[in-house]
Amino acid sequence: MTSVSKHPAKTRSRERADATRRGLLYALPDWVMIVALFFVPIVLLIVMACSRWSLMGGNRGWNFPDNFIEVFNHPLLGQSIVFTLEYTVIVTIFLLVLGLGLALMVQESSRWNNVLRTCFLLPSATGLASASLLFYALYSPQVGPVTKILSFFGLMDEGGSVLATGQSALWATIIVIVWRFSGYYMLLMMIGLQSIPGDLYEAARMDGAGTWRIFRSITLPLMKPTIVMCLVYCVTGSILAFDQFFILTKGGPNNATMTVVQLIYNFAFDSKKDLGMAAALSLVVLVALMIINSIQMRGMRDNTK
Amino acid sequence: MVSFNKAARTLAGIAAAALIVPLAACGGNGGTAAPADIPAEGTDDGTEITLWTRSPLERQAQAVVDAYNASHENQVKLEIIPNDDMEGRVGGASQTDSLPDILAGDVVRIPYWASEGIFADITEQIDGLDNLDDLQQGHIEAGTVDGAKYTLPFITDVSVWVWNKDLYEQAGLDPEQGPTDIESFTEQAKAVAALGQDGVAGSYLAGQSGGALAFDLFPSAWADGEAVMNEDGTEAMLDNDSMKAVLDSYRELANTDNGLGAGSKEETGATWTAPFANGVIGVMPYPNTSLNDIFDAEASGGFEVGVTPIAGTSGGTSTFLGGDAMGISKDSEHVAQAWNFLHWLMQSDTQAEVFAANGYTASNIETLQTAYEDADPRIQTINSTIIDGNGQTPKSAAFNEAFNAAGSPWQLLIQNYVWGSGDSLEADNQAVTDILAQ
Repeated sequence: MTSVSKHPAKTRSRERADATRRGLLYALPDWVMIVALFFVPIVLLIVMACSRWSLMGGNRGWNFPDNFIEVFNHPLLGQSIVFTLEYTVIVTIFLLVLGLGLALMVQESSRWNNVLRTCFLLPSATGLASASLLFYALYSPQVGPVTKILSFFGLMDEGGSVLATGQSALWATIIVIVWRFSGYYMLLMMIGLQSIPGDLYEAARMDGAGTWRIFRSITLPLMKPTIVMCLVYCVTGSILAFDQFFILTKGGPNNATMTVVQLIYNFAFDSKKDLGMAAALSLVVLVALMIINSIQMRGMRDNTK
Repeated sequence: MVSFNKAARTLAGIAAAALIVPLAACGGNGGTAAPADIPAEGTDDGTEITLWTRSPLERQAQAVVDAYNASHENQVKLEIIPNDDMEGRVGGASQTDSLPDILAGDVVRIPYWASEGIFADITEQIDGLDNLDDLQQGHIEAGTVDGAKYTLPFITDVSVWVWNKDLYEQAGLDPEQGPTDIESFTEQAKAVAALGQDGVAGSYLAGQSGGALAFDLFPSAWADGEAVMNEDGTEAMLDNDSMKAVLDSYRELANTDNGLGAGSKEETGATWTAPFANGVIGVMPYPNTSLNDIFDAEASGGFEVGVTPIAGTSGGTSTFLGGDAMGISKDSEHVAQAWNFLHWLMQSDTQAEVFAANGYTASNIETLQTAYEDADPRIQTINSTIIDGNGQTPKSAAFNEAFNAAGSPWQLLIQNYVWGSGDSLEADNQAVTDILAQ
């Protein structure tokens, strides 16, 4: 937004004021959205986090900091944080490496590559919940083929389910996410690759650089902003993971795949039925995400200097 | 730069927004509406009344509602809620003051709902019922808070042992002789397991459904005179000898080939009655409300099923007096009309017409004793578990969190004992107490 200068001529000042008003008007829809969809919920969230607010009974007044104490004393909190971080690290590595790899593979435009690109991108057209449901059916020992195939090769018991143990449920979920999102990250990476000028590669080749050297000294450094952007998206998305686990495992078996956001849901609607505790944990997650994101942003800023 | 900040901000806001948006319009209130002057039998003036109940009891609930709508000017609109969604739906509706007129819910969740002010106080009306003493008391006690009564029995669901007579015959067991104590239960299950047929197993357990596990296993402890909680529902007593005997039995079956059906350990409760209904399980505790479908299937050529009360180690019997209790919600604007429905259902004539005549279990003791003379002897067996007064309904405000919720300490106790190391019973019992005591 522009500010009015200190000593303007009279007519000028009116013009400026008009311009400012116009500017504010243009920005208004944006501000309405931000206030309605961000600030109001945040204020409500803070109020809720500091109140005794049960799901059935509603708001029963302030109780700060009881909700936070209860959240931090909850036995599942530590476990869910560790699990969420484990999941985030694995998913981020897979998605970034696969995204970049696929992008390099189909970078050149040819007829086959176009077909491949479409294939890779297609899963991104399904909603995450639909994709999870699809895999839920595939993993089901009653109707899905996965159990039959794995037990045929002697990798698991007949009639068992890949969602039965914590580790296998984690990897089963990671497969869903990689299937659903790798095409999307491929697209983001491809845009980054295409913005690298072709003459840089030409020059490097004339200097006698090999493929690996070109990748390391030209592609990677120039891709850094894109990679950091993907990293931010991927880390944030993974820390907020909910849909896939809600549909595939509900945090089970025996709380082994309980993510932090699942725990928020659990506090609010299942075990505690306490919206105050859920809001308190949401607030903690929000602050943690802001810190993590600002660190990642800093990584990007250094590069763009 | 700006767009990234915004994106990050937006993403970060999602967690918060998702939680808040449905509540944006709420103004929480915990007060209950005091019912105005209600005629003793309620009002029947052609009002539409809404009623929520949960999916496992759909068949019985539909029969009740059809009978009411056919004979009254008021019309009840029945909505069936999936079992797992019930708590969330009621909570959301409570926050937005949009609860149905009549709310029926799992009787173990009722103490919490009642204490949170979900229901309207109908003490006067309940005490005014002529046949109050004939009604199943567990469902009334569940909804009694500080002397104020909120609920009446809607549909009774009790647990009984059922066995598949066809499989018993193949296994060389007497198909007419079901288990009489834990020991014979284990032996018979193992005999069916030893058949070695594809997909056939001795028994089945809903390993990750705390609700079904309580429904299945508590009666054996009660049958021996043991308790699962202290009277206030603030301390768990799950490490008693009877409970140990039950758990040992299931642990033995879990370690037997085909002892427990495939998927027992992971069963979350959505399909826990299906394997027995499909004829692949020898013997297990079962809800009587699901037996009606099996009786129907039997009449059209399905396998034959036997029914006997759940016993403990010494031959005494008991049952879990479950099912749905119902009350008038705090948001109801048709309290007198809703009471008309409740009052009507409590009458023994009604109970005989909608429950006894259909082979369902009534919640009026007098009806149970008099209206089932021509009924299937197995239904009489089911009724006897209610009439004999040995059955119980556990009551604790924290029951849902300690027992029913996904990943509850009770679920972990079972998982550790039956499928795990089996040496952490005391610590796991303490974990249940920690929740109950808060």
